[in-house]
Amino acid sequence: MKRHLISAADLSRGDALLILDTAEELAGLADRPIKKLPTLRGRTVVNLFFEDSTRTRISFEAAAKRLSADVINFSAKGSSVGKGESLKDTALTLEAMGADAVVIRHSASGAAHRLAGWVRGSVVNAGDGTHEHPTQALLDAFTIRRRLFKGGIAPRGGLGGSSPRGSTASGRGAGLDGIRVTIVGDVLHSRVARSNVLLLTTLGAEVTLAAPPTLLPFAVDTWPCAVSYDLDSELPKSDVVMMLRVQQERMTAAYFPSVREYSRRYGLDTARMARLPDHAIVLHPGPMNRGVEIAAEVADSARSMIVEQVANGVTTRMAVLYLLLGGTEFPEVAS
Amino acid sequence: MSATGYPVAGRDGLAVLDTEEIRRALTRIAHEILERTHGGEEVVLLGIPTRGVPLARRLAARIGEFEGLEVPCGSLDVTMHRDDLRLHPARALGRTDLPPSGVDGKTVVLVDDVLYSGRTVRAALDALTDLGRPRAVQLAVLVDRGHRELPIRADYVGKNLPTSQREVVHVLLAEVDARDAVMIGDEGRPS
Repeated sequence: MKRHLISAADLSRGDALLILDTAEELAGLADRPIKKLPTLRGRTVVNLFFEDSTRTRISFEAAAKRLSADVINFSAKGSSVGKGESLKDTALTLEAMGADAVVIRHSASGAAHRLAGWVRGSVVNAGDGTHEHPTQALLDAFTIRRRLFKGGIAPRGGLGGSSPRGSTASGRGAGLDGIRVTIVGDVLHSRVARSNVLLLTTLGAEVTLAAPPTLLPFAVDTWPCAVSYDLDSELPKSDVVMMLRVQQERMTAAYFPSVREYSRRYGLDTARMARLPDHAIVLHPGPMNRGVEIAAEVADSARSMIVEQVANGVTTRMAVLYLLLGGTEFPEVAS
Repeated sequence: MSATGYPVAGRDGLAVLDTEEIRRALTRIAHEILERTHGGEEVVLLGIPTRGVPLARRLAARIGEFEGLEVPCGSLDVTMHRDDLRLHPARALGRTDLPPSGVDGKTVVLVDDVLYSGRTVRAALDALTDLGRPRAVQLAVLVDRGHRELPIRADYVGKNLPTSQREVVHVLLAEVDARDAVMIGDEGRPS
């Protein structure tokens, strides 16, 4: 693995599987009386959040604390950023405090990449603008793998038969080969979609984006996925449907005539859910706009993995922090 | 040892225990466990990955044959508790699988292939503390090669193998390595 996790494209199939398998082993921790491991004792993880976030920040904080790391939370509100401090100066301050890892969320695409050039520790991108959010993609992949392997459900394309030697009921060691994932909605503003397309295809899944043309990014034809404007025709062949939040706070122009019309054509309601194959699952990165991209009945249904995704988020982020910080500080010297 | 009774030098070094000898050592350990735990009541066998796990299963099967007693058997990964994590790049984790009965109030027998510095066992004791509170913890190893760095000893030993620290001991088990043997060599893969 590389020293930073900036983009899902940094991860080879081997890296991604190592993270998912590590997360699989760590998942058991949640059921134990003592939900803590001593592994990162004495290491410091800084959560550097320039943008509002509840679940991602708490998720990273819980992950770091379960590995016994010290956690420093920094949010732009109430900090010297309000006095005009630059990202670089903030980074250098944190560096001087001895951060072994910096988890950064920023509204500017590329912020995590810039930061990686300024600090000695590992940088984990927790969302930069409309660019990437790799740990979300990892937890989605983890959720998909766990779910679709549970009880031996083998979607078309034969998960069971083609899975590599040594994989078990929870999918240890297996990729997502042949799994069909449809990502629906505001792809244009979504860092989650980009990271997921990159990671899921690395793992062998077939990804289709279903969105109105106005919400698809420039040069989407160069992405390693299919594109469709018609959600209804994609549903019957999907193993996984990932609904994206309509990011009204990032919308500076009229991307669709009305929320009602968007919801009619691209929202997942009970009628649309009924068109999915029996084994199919529904993901949403949260926070949800109930009644816009996803109906409340769907969000609360048995197919919805939304709560499971949150739990898996902690586990997956523990795996990432362990693999980045658990070994030698300078792996290049050790080898 | 070969059929002629002389050690055989192979690619991995010198064979010091063969299939039959490993089988006999495990049979003896299984009897000793039964003896020392008053018939194996409330015993849980926990293998330390990788090769401690099949050894624990074999011991459980042996105890089942002798006493008709089903001994709960599981695995305990110690990676996250090791004291040498920072000396290597991050390692892949092994499985931790506790039997449904848990470890509280039980006599836990930790099972590993080779006892060397004692650091793995130290990590295992810490890992176990986080999982529950056993009544007692014992240690069974197939090979004790000496050179302890911590005050730890085994309760059940398959074979005491005097070694030099330059030597390397490999335990091969059919479940993992397609054959049973204990090899001793000059250098090579660390065990």
